[in-house]
Amino acid sequence: MSTIFLIAKKELSSFLNTSWGISIFAIILLLDGLLFNAFALGSAPRYSADVLEDFFYFSSGTTMIAGVLLTMRLLAEERQQGTDALLLTAPIQESHIVIGKFLGSLSFLLMITICTLYMPLLIQINGKVSWGQIAAGYVGLTCLGASTIAIGTFGSTVSRNQLSAAITSAAILVLMLLGWLLGKITSPPFDTVFSYLAFFDKHFQPFMSGKINSEAVVFYLSITCAFLLLSVRVIQSRRQY
Amino acid sequence: MIEVQNLSRYYGEFAAISDISFSIQQHEIIGFLGLNGAGKSTTLKILAGLLSPSDGQIFINGSNWIENPDDFRANIGFLPEEPPLYKEMTVREFLRYLGQLRQFPSSKIDSRIETVLELCQLTDRADQIIAELSLGYRKRVGIAQAIIHKPSLVILDEPTGGLDPQQMVELRKVIRGLSVESTVLLSSHNLTEVAETCDRLLILHEGTIVAEGDQESLSRRMDTTQQTIDVVVSNRDNIEELLQNLPLLQAFTMTEEEHITVHCIIDCSTPALISEMVHGGFQIHQVTPTQSELEQIFLSLTGGAQ
Repeated sequence: MSTIFLIAKKELSSFLNTSWGISIFAIILLLDGLLFNAFALGSAPRYSADVLEDFFYFSSGTTMIAGVLLTMRLLAEERQQGTDALLLTAPIQESHIVIGKFLGSLSFLLMITICTLYMPLLIQINGKVSWGQIAAGYVGLTCLGASTIAIGTFGSTVSRNQLSAAITSAAILVLMLLGWLLGKITSPPFDTVFSYLAFFDKHFQPFMSGKINSEAVVFYLSITCAFLLLSVRVIQSRRQY
Repeated sequence: MIEVQNLSRYYGEFAAISDISFSIQQHEIIGFLGLNGAGKSTTLKILAGLLSPSDGQIFINGSNWIENPDDFRANIGFLPEEPPLYKEMTVREFLRYLGQLRQFPSSKIDSRIETVLELCQLTDRADQIIAELSLGYRKRVGIAQAIIHKPSLVILDEPTGGLDPQQMVELRKVIRGLSVESTVLLSSHNLTEVAETCDRLLILHEGTIVAEGDQESLSRRMDTTQQTIDVVVSNRDNIEELLQNLPLLQAFTMTEEEHITVHCIIDCSTPALISEMVHGGFQIHQVTPTQSELEQIFLSLTGGAQ
């Protein structure tokens, strides 16, 4: 367990101490702010709950972008620079490497997410929204972020460089985001499978309107565990072959 | 202490190494030599715990690679050709992280870092960011990370590659110092470095070990094999004809100067040829082996001389 936290701490520290991590932090917050101002607030009078729903809609997009950007370096960069030898020759299990990297990136993503809190607070000051909707929205963003980080970790594990890691992760995400469309154009039983796998449409929307749907939480947890497990298997096979 | 038994590694049908066996005693420095593609890197990666063997056994202090891979890895320190470094960290932070990752006791880590910094002559650079260090210092940090957890076996792959002569000499001293607490397996293309640093040699060719022993014992094997020397003699009439009549001289080429350099290929010991040339009336000014003794051994065993 201590090696997991050691790796997570090192990962978090490298995000906080490099221009790469700080740039992502700034860009995501800037994007969130601009989207909130331009689209969520808008110019016409609106209900506060609708503004907050739109805020979570745009934040889900920036969270996914941040997830891909943060994880593209995780293991692909280590492999490219040869520093993966430090981890692979250490007496630690592959799962510790993957979970440590995952937790380090998720912590940094949560730090970014927490910094967006001023926008729901502004809505609360100038209008009226329930704290429950705010809390549910942030639970949703955390679930979505964790799944994206897990997908990104997998993309980074199977890639030899950062660019291909980002492309792989983004491709998996887009495929899952398009699950609702694939569900509409395929016939049973695939339509049900694709509709269930829809990353945003079916599972995130309830969080936006303030509902914590246990089915959605289980879905995001399952995606997270599945991609972390796949990453562990990839590293195991690399150590053996 | 380190026992390798019948080690093989296949990539599909191709055997990168085949049925290798050797043992290394505690505190020895072993030179691991071989041409490119001989199977050196594969063997080193298996010993470092980066690759699993297709067949065979490796024991370090009784710990078996296959049965206890984590125990095995805890006993190994590995420096690849390119030192793997987290360049955004300071030397001290980096060593602390690696020590903790390799499960060195937390209570002793501070004193261990100081010992390693001193051993690798890095004390005055301990709080410098690694990215700011020169290549020579980065190589030392690479060695420091390999020994921070006090491993039984330290594997160094081309440790002095890319260094200037002064840095090479300094790093060789560091490597010799490592044998006080660990066994060292050093792979290098620099035969001078191997000759000056190692106690014993393992020569690998086409996936198998073709020779093993110290330089002296390997030299004895060379007594009857072909070698080349340059002999500077005074010019004289019919020199080419006289050289052709020397029975011990297999072949030669000459430079056209006042003192002629004869590049000789012989199948006997150097003193025997010189004695024959003196008896033949040649006035000899200088005799120079064109390859070091170790180069001759290496090229002869690996077929590189052809």
